[in-house]
Amino acid sequence: MDAPAIIAALETLVPGTGAQALASIDQPTILVPADRLRDVCVALRDDPAFRFTALVDIVGVDALPNEPRFEVNYSLVAVDAPARLRIKVRAGGEIPRVPSVTGVWPAAGFLEREVWDLFGVEFEGHPDMRRLLTPEDWEGHPLRKDYPVQVDTPVTFDAPTQVTEAQFRATMEKDRRLRGANR
Amino acid sequence: MAPDFEIPILTTTVDKMAQWARRSSIWPVTLGLACCAIEMMSMAASRYDISRFGAEVFRASPRQADLMIVAGRLSRKMAPAVRRIYDQMPEPKWVISMGACASCGGVFDNYAIVQGCDQVLPVDVFVPGCPPRPEALLYGIISLQRKIDQQRAFGYARS
Repeated sequence: MDAPAIIAALETLVPGTGAQALASIDQPTILVPADRLRDVCVALRDDPAFRFTALVDIVGVDALPNEPRFEVNYSLVAVDAPARLRIKVRAGGEIPRVPSVTGVWPAAGFLEREVWDLFGVEFEGHPDMRRLLTPEDWEGHPLRKDYPVQVDTPVTFDAPTQVTEAQFRATMEKDRRLRGANR
Repeated sequence: MAPDFEIPILTTTVDKMAQWARRSSIWPVTLGLACCAIEMMSMAASRYDISRFGAEVFRASPRQADLMIVAGRLSRKMAPAVRRIYDQMPEPKWVISMGACASCGGVFDNYAIVQGCDQVLPVDVFVPGCPPRPEALLYGIISLQRKIDQQRAFGYARS
């Protein structure tokens, strides 16, 4: 199934998606408006004509001079067919926002965290949005094109945990009591 | 009547003997960060064989280790973890910075990599190379042994 056929089939399932076919050299690629992404994804996963059951990857793209600036690519695989499909979503503005697809494919959890960490694209409805690759207290989103390559902030590391003898004894005795109670 | 054998006694100082014992059994902690770790493993295996210098026992626990070989690029996110492992090692302890990335960031001159692990750890020996050959790391360990020989075992903290 090529991209126009996929869009035609989608129109009957989710009317008025406004999806477009994009030129590509390797696999069918469609552009979907951000507000219809979740409906389209559910249809692609559940409809027997598609059965795109596997979300392989989510990739962010920063096209800096262009507006909308960010693009999020979803790589899907249908294991039965077999077939591949790439969905593109564009997001711009001060804070780019895209709906989360964690409800459709649980695998999106880590992938969306990675894209948010590195590009700053917010995924609305993600259950646990934390940084994935950079340290927890990192500032900025490193793969944005306006992010500096070198950063000269000092390296941070914690002081070693120091326990006093009284604390150590208390912990050991509590441990021993618990073990005695379990016996 | 004088005995016709030598008395089997050697005299030395406690300092010298303690340092001889320390430098003859430098046990590294099992820590590999990147591709340098492959060369480090090669040095530990039979072809290059650091057991010839008493350093073959890679300990899986920092509590039993004397030496930390920072083998590879140290990322900013990894730095607290590496520092914690170093803090868990008992004194006396030494650090070898292995390869260009650990020593100065190497080709990774960017925001993610610590530009020299001496920002995080007190390094004793820097081994250059990308990656260093096992012989180079062996030379680093022998240099560290010479350094330990010149240190005092008692009296004041390690330099």
